[in-house]
Amino acid sequence: MPIRTVMKANEAAAWAAKLAKPKVIAAFPITPSTLVPEKISEFVADGELDAEFIKVESEHSAISACVGASAAGVRTFTATASQGLALMHEILFIAAGMRLPIVIAVGNRALSAPINIWNDWQDTISERDTGWLQFYAENNQEALDLILIAFKVAEDERVLLPAMVGFDAFILTHTVEPVEIPDQEVVDEFLGEYEPKHAYLDPARPITQGALGFPAHYMEARYTVWEANENAKKVIDEVFAEFEKKFGRKYQKVEEYRTEDAEVIFVTMGSLAGTVKEYVDHLREQGLKVGVAKLTVYRPFPTEEVRELAKKAKVLALLEKNVTFSVGGALFQDFSRALVNLDERPKIVDFILGLGGRDVTFKDLDEALAIAQRALNGEEFDEVNWIGLRKEIL
Amino acid sequence: MAKEIYSRYPMVKYLRKEALPTALCPGCGGGTVLNAFANAVDQLRIDPKDLVVVSGIGCSAWIASPYFLADTLHTTHGRAIAFATGVKVGLPDKKVVVISGDGDLASIGGNHLIHAARRNIDITVILVNNMIYGMTGGQVAPTTPFGAKTTTSPYRNIEHPLQISETVAAAGASYVARWTTAHVYQLIESIKKALQVKGFSLVEVVSQCPVQFGRRNRMKEPAEMLRWFLKNSVPISKAKKMSPEELEGKFVIGEFVNRERPEFVSELNKLIDEVQEHFGLKGEDDGV
Repeated sequence: MPIRTVMKANEAAAWAAKLAKPKVIAAFPITPSTLVPEKISEFVADGELDAEFIKVESEHSAISACVGASAAGVRTFTATASQGLALMHEILFIAAGMRLPIVIAVGNRALSAPINIWNDWQDTISERDTGWLQFYAENNQEALDLILIAFKVAEDERVLLPAMVGFDAFILTHTVEPVEIPDQEVVDEFLGEYEPKHAYLDPARPITQGALGFPAHYMEARYTVWEANENAKKVIDEVFAEFEKKFGRKYQKVEEYRTEDAEVIFVTMGSLAGTVKEYVDHLREQGLKVGVAKLTVYRPFPTEEVRELAKKAKVLALLEKNVTFSVGGALFQDFSRALVNLDERPKIVDFILGLGGRDVTFKDLDEALAIAQRALNGEEFDEVNWIGLRKEIL
Repeated sequence: MAKEIYSRYPMVKYLRKEALPTALCPGCGGGTVLNAFANAVDQLRIDPKDLVVVSGIGCSAWIASPYFLADTLHTTHGRAIAFATGVKVGLPDKKVVVISGDGDLASIGGNHLIHAARRNIDITVILVNNMIYGMTGGQVAPTTPFGAKTTTSPYRNIEHPLQISETVAAAGASYVARWTTAHVYQLIESIKKALQVKGFSLVEVVSQCPVQFGRRNRMKEPAEMLRWFLKNSVPISKAKKMSPEELEGKFVIGEFVNRERPEFVSELNKLIDEVQEHFGLKGEDDGV
């Protein structure tokens, strides 16, 4: 029987790792993710998880050790955030290029300077071009489920790419919520043993990994990562379906809420989706035609689903906790690209909010809605809007 | 109340009063280090305007930033010495001081520490060694004593700690000393020497973290940790006559090296002069 209990997202991530039975975990402490390896080290020390737990001296070493272990053919896991993920940057490309299905849990946190330990998505968003798959959890249950799903997708022969699962710093990492821990046997059935059939290190059959790729071959190597990302779209749908059958919880790349007949659809990710669902309920009571769509999967970018979503609304209002300077948010760039060649498309309005742990309140969302309504009414509007700025200290 | 205490503290002139009280836990050794550093600066009559203090990430990185009233540069985890190298080359007339912890300077940033010592650049490093990752909640570090309990070594640590002062002395620093927070006067004297030495200087301060280290190792009171330091401190002269087995779990204190060696920034400027002279460029550019 699955156990229903309460826990923080960090604990849920540690439980997911325990259920997935990785053979090697290498991690380095960083706020707000430290509890993940701490909990795993307890599991290992108490003999509840049969794995090697390596206490490395930096995140660069953590992901490097995971690459080494994964290249040797075993399931690996680590957790980090913010500067830690940024320090892993170099190795993230290597993990994707070597096609190693490593899974990282990321407590989404802002980047320095100034130093800030609180939530936004700049850390994972900044790694969107590394080739890694990216999932974003709305709550602690999703954090646990998406890590299991991430392993399954990452290890699929048609994919073989590393994956990161993001969940918001403090809002989820340190907040206790009800979580259902699935049965080990069912997880074993779902995931199975990881048995690499592609390139992996084995002294009995020596190969070279990560060697020089000359101009004659490099582009093809990159193209296979592109192809694997494209393949992942279908695989993710299959894995979501299988997950629902086994565990009863439904996941979609783009999850819609009250989008039927909506004129304005808010689009967001992570825990902010919960806030916006409440907000939409509140607006619906006033008779406003609004809905919300949540991206559970950000890489591969769900282009097809986004195009379907676009047909339903007159305005897409993107609410994002990240910036790509002089452009707007990363979602704005992605949505613009997904819709640019369509004959008919909604207006897109971009909102940057909640950076560095600033709370997103209904008042902020009112501010965003007012601008989205200008777009809806055919009035002039700014494409990129910073919401909730304290103009008095600027 | 708090303001009154500050007004009676003679070193308060070196602190940013608006930033006080510090973020350090009660009983932390960080305050002792800040006090020792302020006293050393005071006794040497160094104008804080001639100081640049650089720190990385972790509790000890907060000792000087933002509290010490000088230019302070708060950087990324492990890289304080690399940032400080840039500051020193850019502003060779300033005293550049790095104050940060073991998790920062000797673990994730250990490579920078060794190579700054090898290069012998004129930077003073005050490395506060509390033997644990304190800020993130007490995980095992490369400086954690063998056998100690931490959140990620719940039964005991099976790795041996890096001997920081010995390593830096071997790497080529001009000045290296180790004291504990129970040796405040010796610490002030060593910081003074370190600030005056031309070349790379390291003062390692073994410091107490009663919250993350002490509690898990039967020393939850700061005083218990200080007594532990005093009881297990061995002067270098005595340590030389002891076997590695006898030295297990001891803190070897004192000056490891105090020597003159060519310093990096001077050598760099000498080289620039030589090359300019060789190509007849003297006078066109004043160099670094």
